[in-house]
Amino acid sequence: MQNIIEIKNLTKKFKDITAVDDITFSVKKGEIFAFLGPNGAGKTTTIKMLTTLANPTSGAILINGFDPTKQQEEARASFGIVFQDPSLDDELTAYENLNFHGMLYGVKIKDRRERIKQLLTFVELWDRRDDLVKHFSGGMKRRLEIARGFLHHPKVLFLDEPTIGLDPQTRNHIWSYLKKMNEEEGTTVFLTTHYMEEADKVSDRIAIIDHGKIVAQGTASELKLKTNTKSLEEAFLALTGIAIREEIVKSQAMTGHARVWRR
Amino acid sequence: MIAIYTLWVREVKKYFRSKSRIIGSLGQPILFLVALGFGMGPIYQKATNDSYIQFLVPGIIAMSILFLAIFSGISVIWDRQFGFLKETLVAPVPRWQIMLGRTLGGATVAVLQGIIVFAISFLAGFKLVNLASLPLAFIFMVLVALIFTALGTAIASILEDMHGFQLIMNFLVMPIFFLSGALFPLTNLPKVLKTIVMFDPLSYGVDGLRGTLGGVAQFGLATDFWVLSLVVVVLIAIGSYLFSKIQV
Repeated sequence: MQNIIEIKNLTKKFKDITAVDDITFSVKKGEIFAFLGPNGAGKTTTIKMLTTLANPTSGAILINGFDPTKQQEEARASFGIVFQDPSLDDELTAYENLNFHGMLYGVKIKDRRERIKQLLTFVELWDRRDDLVKHFSGGMKRRLEIARGFLHHPKVLFLDEPTIGLDPQTRNHIWSYLKKMNEEEGTTVFLTTHYMEEADKVSDRIAIIDHGKIVAQGTASELKLKTNTKSLEEAFLALTGIAIREEIVKSQAMTGHARVWRR
Repeated sequence: MIAIYTLWVREVKKYFRSKSRIIGSLGQPILFLVALGFGMGPIYQKATNDSYIQFLVPGIIAMSILFLAIFSGISVIWDRQFGFLKETLVAPVPRWQIMLGRTLGGATVAVLQGIIVFAISFLAGFKLVNLASLPLAFIFMVLVALIFTALGTAIASILEDMHGFQLIMNFLVMPIFFLSGALFPLTNLPKVLKTIVMFDPLSYGVDGLRGTLGGVAQFGLATDFWVLSLVVVVLIAIGSYLFSKIQV
């Protein structure tokens, strides 16, 4: 299988907003893929559809060959996810949180024990394994969630803003964990982030979404070449800047609200 | 099935970990036992020639189970607020198993609480008439615990945040308790009140506990058992359905 994720004509409409508008792209197996976009662009909605937390209005998704709307359990077993907001149980210990996850994902006890030890050591939390998570800092919680995401040997790890709000040292460590797992176990990494320099450094390919549409795809170099800019951030601003103007013209006809901005 | 066990273990572990919560939630039943038991005792004794403590204890046990069960079920709201719910929703496990594990865990914890209150009631002067009826009393405790944990889960599945919680406690849980015959006998009730009592599932639980713990079961133990069992099945089905429809 060349593509671990295939998205074709994916659309999500809510009452009168189209959050995701007919997007098509794919993610290659084993690559680090960055899904970028301004706030409200449709990133989180897309990830929700990829991770079975929301149903598409139309279009097709394949994760590891499975359709998340029809083969939910197989799709879910294929990926791990680190949400933007913490999703740990604060009243359980680090070890218990991982054990819980392992049991839910059907990881057999021997593998589970070894894997928990391996991953906790990997994210440097092994000596805190019996501490309640409520005593962990934000950075420690994020590291724990990353360890948890890898526990069941997923094909893809989704990360929604993995380094947001973290200090540079922790951010650096997190990227090293992700790259190592990507290299050693071939786990595809699908991330969203606002930190363009990070995306520039680590990602193999990038897709940029704005107002629900994919405005550009390719490697960081390709995007910089296309927009004649020197950094991914400039390329991003060049691409999403243009898109915004077009959108206002469109919605002006539909809602009349945009006229207020023009003044 | 290991998912059910996993969720069950989580509820039980968290219960034993919060000693302050265990002791704190014993406060209300003890208060009721002491204040009502000794306060209303003399009048009740005069009116019926029976001990109010003997009458009251099954009601208080049911009360402690009711409150902890609803609270356990409703803790889904906490999980949603603090993010943990997402972790269970994205796992390759059918939602009904998640719901069942939580419900069984919450019910287990509620029954444990009921047993503790039962033990304490001996200090207040409760006398056990028939030792052999204890297993039967236990069954009624389990049924009550299951009903209200499932109900709590069902309600939490449709609430989006903790604001509705106050409403639920005051306009649903309190009436269920006070109108269940936990505190007053069901003989010679005004017709309206009698009808309400008959529609309250807790009434059958209280009645069953009363019948097995040495008192009289107004509705009859068999009726109590079958009504409660039916309500358990219905509420677990409703709870599972609503839980499976949660969107984060």
